[in-house]
Amino acid sequence: MMAIIEAHEITKVYGNLRVLHDVDLSVGKGEILALIGPSGSGKSTLLRILDLIEPANSGELSVFGIDVVQERGRWLDLRRRMGMLFQRPIVFNASVYDNVAMGLRYRGASGDVIDRKVKEALEAVGLSRYIKSKATDLSGGEQQRVALSRVLVTDPEILFLDEPTANLDPTSTATIERIVTGLNRELGMTVLISTHDLSQGQRLAHRIAVMIDGTIAQTGPSHEVFREPKDRRIARFVGAENIIPGRVVSRSNGFTVVEAHGRQMLSATPPPAEEVEMVVRGEDISLHRREPGHEEAENRFPATVTGIEPTAPFVNVTVHCGCDLVALMTARRAEALGLHEGMQVWVSLQAKAVHLIARGGKDR
Amino acid sequence: MVNGNPIIEGLIEAIELIVTLNPQVVEITIRSLYISLTATFFAALIALPIGALIYFYDFRGKHAVVSTLQTLYALPTVIVGLVVFLMLSNIGPFGFLRLLYTPGGMIAAQTVLIIPLLMGLTVSALSGIDRDKRYTITALGASRLQTVITIIAEARFAVMAGVLLGFGRAIAEVGTVMIVGGNIRGATRVLTTAIALNTSMANYSLSIALGIILLAVALGVNIALSLVQRR
Repeated sequence: MMAIIEAHEITKVYGNLRVLHDVDLSVGKGEILALIGPSGSGKSTLLRILDLIEPANSGELSVFGIDVVQERGRWLDLRRRMGMLFQRPIVFNASVYDNVAMGLRYRGASGDVIDRKVKEALEAVGLSRYIKSKATDLSGGEQQRVALSRVLVTDPEILFLDEPTANLDPTSTATIERIVTGLNRELGMTVLISTHDLSQGQRLAHRIAVMIDGTIAQTGPSHEVFREPKDRRIARFVGAENIIPGRVVSRSNGFTVVEAHGRQMLSATPPPAEEVEMVVRGEDISLHRREPGHEEAENRFPATVTGIEPTAPFVNVTVHCGCDLVALMTARRAEALGLHEGMQVWVSLQAKAVHLIARGGKDR
Repeated sequence: MVNGNPIIEGLIEAIELIVTLNPQVVEITIRSLYISLTATFFAALIALPIGALIYFYDFRGKHAVVSTLQTLYALPTVIVGLVVFLMLSNIGPFGFLRLLYTPGGMIAAQTVLIIPLLMGLTVSALSGIDRDKRYTITALGASRLQTVITIIAEARFAVMAGVLLGFGRAIAEVGTVMIVGGNIRGATRVLTTAIALNTSMANYSLSIALGIILLAVALGVNIALSLVQRR
């Protein structure tokens, strides 16, 4: 896959605040890449730099194969081949028609072309009836759809979406997601979407880049980022409930044996260091009333239920077995097991579900 | 006893003067509107482009310029009157224009008076276009000139509100027109100076009539302002 965006060691500073540092990112043509990360991690700033809205302080950047650091004079032309939708719905104090026509007018399109494209675009987002309305009178979700049409009429080759559905109702969110995936499939449009919604990232993207504290901490297919986070911050962000410090004691039959709180656990991850942390997702931990057979999982041990916390439709069950573990299960399953505090249960956990990271290691 | 009250009598006579379109009242009102509207027009012609330049160009001392403008909003009218008087008098550099004690001189004085207000309000009107909107304009592929045009168009109602405020200040002030115009009957007498003079001459009915008209103009400006701001 040809890289349409290639960024290397991008840095951005506002006053004394270092917003981005050492950002390396490559985006393939026709790819949907989700940039996920907590608020304030620099996602929006990175998108603006890639869309050539503002320059980086240092680093290399090429877009459409053109070195944009060298060729500042071509920014306007390059920018006109891209489009960006922002988090807050932004409309101008004019009619819906004039709003959608803006980008085409900037490009000097003829009146006929503008008329045809604007009408088509409003049709596609279901807002034809508002064509003459004042854009500022529409609801937030409708304004965001106006903003999306305004970007799409310019036929961008790369579409940037900066948390486009963070403020929207589920219906408008679904409409926007459907349009974006459709454009990617049918026209091969490259899409970069930033989101703090992990499930949205997983749903839409071919690949995920995790952004933490101003840099890209990990990139890969979503299952890899979710199951094999590279460090503690990523593990926390992708929602791994259990991060348990331990020590590698041996390696046998392809498994790493880790000792934590006097208990030995098997992991399928090769040891990254001697001092490690075990990262276990809550949904990978099963609870049983009786001792499960060895075919169930490599790790099996008794534990005591110490807490049950409903997070509908799931429950978080905390069990104590030397250390605390949080298991995530459906409310129905918890009911079937008859779980209550103080109850003795058996825990089973596959070695594959125990991911190891080096302790204290924060860097890539 | 009530009939003998000069205030009540003045009020009744004042209403008569307005309803019967007393020639003196009409003449003063028209002159006042003419002078202040013309001054607002010239002030806008100068202040809006310069205000836009201040907003769009980054230069050293920009912050100081904007603060200075905001301080000048409250420029005492008599100070402006004094300075313009000296400029236009025989000893001043513009004495040859012979504008002292003419409506032209009063227009010049009011123009000077409200230029800082219009300039400052233009800068803040344009600053009211938030960062995300400017990013959106850039992202949509606007050139530098197209960006400027879009931002000005977007701020049009706020800019218009600034112009209306400027007109309100011009028509309500008395200091500059008194000093520069001289309050000459039939030539440079306007609403505010006529009220000042007639009140001191105990000519209450005319004062009240002109006062009512002045209030009505102010009210009209305010209604227009709220209509504009609702857009």
